[in-house]
Amino acid sequence: MSTRTIAVVSAGLSTPSSTRLLADRLTAATVAALADRGISATVEVVELREHARDLADNLLTGFANTSLRAAVDTVVGADAVIAVTPIFSASYSGLFKTFVDVLDRDALVGTPVLMGATAGTARHSLALEHAMRPLFAYLRATVVPTAVFAAAEDWAGAGEADRALADRVTRAAGELADLVAGRPPAAPVDPFADPTTSFEDLLRGA
Amino acid sequence: MQFGIFTVSDITQDPTTGRTPTEAERIKAVLAIAQKAEEVGLDVFALGEHHNPPFFSSSPTTTLAHVAATTEKLQLSTSTTLITTNDPVKIAEDYAMLQHLADGRVDLMMGRGNTGPVYPWFGQDIRNGIELAVENYALLRRLWTEDVVDWQGKYRTPLQGFTSTPRPLDGVPPFVWHGSIRSPQIAEQAAYYGDGFFHNHIFWPPEHTQRMVEFYRRRYEHYGHGSADQAIVGLGGQVFMRKNSQDAVDEFRPYFDNAPVYGHGPSLEEFSTETPLTVGSPQQVIERTLGFRDYVGDYQRQLFLIDHAGLPLKTVLEQLDLLGEEVVPVLRREFAALKPAHVPDAPTHASRVAAAGGATDSTVHAAGDSVTGRSREEVEAR
Repeated sequence: MSTRTIAVVSAGLSTPSSTRLLADRLTAATVAALADRGISATVEVVELREHARDLADNLLTGFANTSLRAAVDTVVGADAVIAVTPIFSASYSGLFKTFVDVLDRDALVGTPVLMGATAGTARHSLALEHAMRPLFAYLRATVVPTAVFAAAEDWAGAGEADRALADRVTRAAGELADLVAGRPPAAPVDPFADPTTSFEDLLRGA
Repeated sequence: MQFGIFTVSDITQDPTTGRTPTEAERIKAVLAIAQKAEEVGLDVFALGEHHNPPFFSSSPTTTLAHVAATTEKLQLSTSTTLITTNDPVKIAEDYAMLQHLADGRVDLMMGRGNTGPVYPWFGQDIRNGIELAVENYALLRRLWTEDVVDWQGKYRTPLQGFTSTPRPLDGVPPFVWHGSIRSPQIAEQAAYYGDGFFHNHIFWPPEHTQRMVEFYRRRYEHYGHGSADQAIVGLGGQVFMRKNSQDAVDEFRPYFDNAPVYGHGPSLEEFSTETPLTVGSPQQVIERTLGFRDYVGDYQRQLFLIDHAGLPLKTVLEQLDLLGEEVVPVLRREFAALKPAHVPDAPTHASRVAAAGGATDSTVHAAGDSVTGRSREEVEAR
């Protein structure tokens, strides 16, 4: 059984948060879907709330401190990312965007991503499609077709709404597991590996 | 090992008084700081280059020529010379001229500059930064080492039969360092030519500096200039000292908290943990600085930033006293005792002339007198 690492980025602000709750459901479903495909998963959760000040510092100093660096390395080195944010003012939260802002531009190129979002009302549901999906398109991540949005009523219990959420979670997790299963494990990129183009090539403007 | 200071020439409000120095005051202050650096026994004074407020140093060779005239031993350098937006022809001319005026006490550090708007003011584009650094520096080297240059490239007009004057002093160009915080290509460039590599060091965690320096050393060896531990490495450092370390922290904190680069972000304590910033007693500065060697190896040049963020001149001069009296003599002794014999010192004009087999006059006399049209031989025969 091969192993992959799933990084979970949760931008919820309260503890516990519905954002983390959704992230946990997406994670559990993904781990199960990967197991169905003969792949075991290691899950690493990054709670952005714990890095709120680190992120502000990074904006000012230009570097991630030790604690934030570990979180960034976890996400950048993962085989897949589950990213869940609350929707504030019609878009992903500022904290979530700040985390994305401190990543290197190419950090998530090709990485399979499952997006989720929470809000108080279902009227925010398309924020995933009009705000978050373009953000990951810019990062050239590979985002699964199903994005999972959960409003307050989705947590209502064993009714119609919760069943619909559960179905969406399962479908999205299956899509992510398919992507992960179809790819080789992530290989770390070392910017200080010996260059593949020689300095003579640089001199010639190649 | 060489010890010195580097300044970015910022004109910053003193947060404790609310007063911002004038350009005239700050320019004179930097001259006083350079002179003091020599008096207290430091080896190097390096001056930045900027073309936008709040910085004054748009013309470093003018300032350094003045410093050269008021000092006798101080090595003059830059931090950095913009290899991207300056015409390499003008760099070749200006620094060769400075080299003559300063009797060879000149080296320079190439940097790209990270302020996007500056590039178009000089007809360039920051997105071409690495390519500009590569092409311009290749031309600069030719202008210094070849008397007559034919050249064509992408970023400046071609040259036909061009001679950069004055020719480098004693036929030996100034030693060049390349400074970069995060671009492996620049470390690669330094290694390719066997030039020095300087890491600013003060704004980033040490692990990052370590990886850049390791890369440079490995590539220096790859290109056959010597073993990795013989590569020429310089580091920045940032210190503020008082005899009593708590006094240093109390006095420096308002400057730190309001500093243009990192102010209003991490605390002084956090930044001191994450970066090489050392605020405390001279003994603490000695210990921290000796520790740099643990992750970059034996290195050749240590420059401290001591005059930024609105610190008043009087305070900066006191910092220089502490550096000269208490810190650098100990560092000099300790680093020297640790350095193996096969690790070279930082190149100087004298060592480079010796390595070239002695001084040569490389004056290029014009083939013809453009005023009278007479040849040189005709003129000399009269």
